[in-house]
Amino acid sequence: MGIAVEAVIALVKIAVVLGVVSLVVAYLTYLERKIIAHIQQRLGPMRVGWHGLLQPIADGAKLFLKEDIIPDKADKVVFVIAPIMVLVPAFVVYSVLPFSSTFYITQVNIGIFFILAVSSLGVFGIVMAGWASNSKYSLLGALRSAAQMLSYEIFLGFSIIGPLMLAGSLNMQKIVEAQSDVWFVFYQPLAFVVFFIAALAETNRVPFDLPEAETELVAGFHTEYSGMKFAFFFLAEYASIMVVSTVAVTLFFGGWQGIGWIPLPGFVWYVLKLGAMIFVFIWIRATLPRYRYDQLMRLGWKFMFPLVMANIFLTGLVKFLFL
Amino acid sequence: MELAFFYLFAAGIVGASLLMVTRANVIHAALLLVLAFLFMAGLFVLAGAEFLAGVQILIYAGGIMVLYLFSIMLMNVGVAVRLRQWHRQSVLALAAAVLLGAEVWAVLGRGGYPGAKAWGWGLGQTPGNVEALGEVLYTKFLFPFEVASILLLAAMIGAIVLAKREITR
Amino acid sequence: MVPLTHYLALGAILFLIGAAGVLMRRNAIMILLSIELMLNSVNITFVGFARQWADLTGQVFAIFVIAVAACEAAVGLAILISLNRDRQMMNVDEINLLKW
Repeated sequence: MGIAVEAVIALVKIAVVLGVVSLVVAYLTYLERKIIAHIQQRLGPMRVGWHGLLQPIADGAKLFLKEDIIPDKADKVVFVIAPIMVLVPAFVVYSVLPFSSTFYITQVNIGIFFILAVSSLGVFGIVMAGWASNSKYSLLGALRSAAQMLSYEIFLGFSIIGPLMLAGSLNMQKIVEAQSDVWFVFYQPLAFVVFFIAALAETNRVPFDLPEAETELVAGFHTEYSGMKFAFFFLAEYASIMVVSTVAVTLFFGGWQGIGWIPLPGFVWYVLKLGAMIFVFIWIRATLPRYRYDQLMRLGWKFMFPLVMANIFLTGLVKFLFL
Repeated sequence: MELAFFYLFAAGIVGASLLMVTRANVIHAALLLVLAFLFMAGLFVLAGAEFLAGVQILIYAGGIMVLYLFSIMLMNVGVAVRLRQWHRQSVLALAAAVLLGAEVWAVLGRGGYPGAKAWGWGLGQTPGNVEALGEVLYTKFLFPFEVASILLLAAMIGAIVLAKREITR
Repeated sequence: MVPLTHYLALGAILFLIGAAGVLMRRNAIMILLSIELMLNSVNITFVGFARQWADLTGQVFAIFVIAVAACEAAVGLAILISLNRDRQMMNVDEINLLKW
């Protein structure tokens, strides 16, 4: 009885989170088009619904009805599994994110570590897609993606160590509670900068979108994909933007905790901060050009790696001396 | 319940690894091995080794196996699929492997181990598995830890020197 | 609680599969992958013992095994890449330059 009720509650929670996240992710595409359009003094989608509000639904319907093409020379099984392998890790991560002090699907003790581990699996989907397509462009995109994500995962992992040392826990709830006085972004500005750059690279966003560079690689690893499989890649990309934004908010901006005297529920604070983070992601896409491959690697290993190591050392030193 | 999950994960691991060693295509084999590693991570969570499960996914699946896939894609595997896959002495090798397995089992499965100790915490609620592990790792096993870091450094240098193309000007 | 013998049996089976892969396959990458499998079978045994005796030593050694596996993968793949560059093949029974 007890287990059955718990299971039902958990399933309902999962369904709610999954539904809301899917909807939000779908509307992120709309938001991105709108924001970039306004930055470039255009209007963006206007026709479907009021100010194009129904555009994502129309897009979804279109992608759903498109013919699903599997190339003749492709490795069929891997080709079909690849988009799923991209999408699943991006959504599994939501099971441990704390949306407010009371609403979360589950709490794990290795919380943030779990998120890192699961999101590191996303690269498999991309590599599988690139290889299975049996196309030169796709393979190049996959190779670039593997090298880029493998490198920047390291900086992502090391950059969160500073805040973790301050919080003294891997549990997402406890990390948020540790920031009730001061947000960690003020203690750890270096870590935040590195985290943000690494997050851009991990989600294949614009200054680092070499794996899918449309102007040189014809969209890289998903050149050969169409229909719903293509949509899966995009859903996964936007879902992981949400994930890294959430992690940034949790680790550096005090999660669901508000600013002092303003009485708003935790969830609202959370959504506000998340929205601001996502806006910065989109803003950067409208602003920066793409890095060259060697510049990407040089930035990572020669600039960010020493920086993040120094940050860990300094945090440890300060903690050892003064706390 | 716990036993049921154990059998699920064990079946997954054994199935995936049996498929793995018989594949002709190396990429398929590597992906199946990743699957086996994911099942193994589940098994580790079941055994109360949460941190190790995370390491298994992050380092093994997300790091080492991506390195494998990366290297395999750099080489040309298309030809290798059409070649003979098995060694000429593979029957002999299989006999040797079975013998080795039997030997391992004869050592491990002879029983007579001291009785089980209580873990102190139940499934999924290991408070401080990470803290406890860190403490043991940095006090009792500090020297092996440092040796491991030297080993990693040596391996890194070795890999760079081996894989580097000779630059002739 | 899962009995210790279950973990040990699983470890032994995986070790057998891995050893068979190492000894029987010609492709050098398959041999490396099988070695990874063998290392992991040892990890399962370690974790099983750690669970049985509520002692973290087993888990610590599993972490060391993973570190060694990372070294092995890096050096092994470097050897394979330079081999592939020199001779365009990866079959271990054809690599017999040192054989007398």
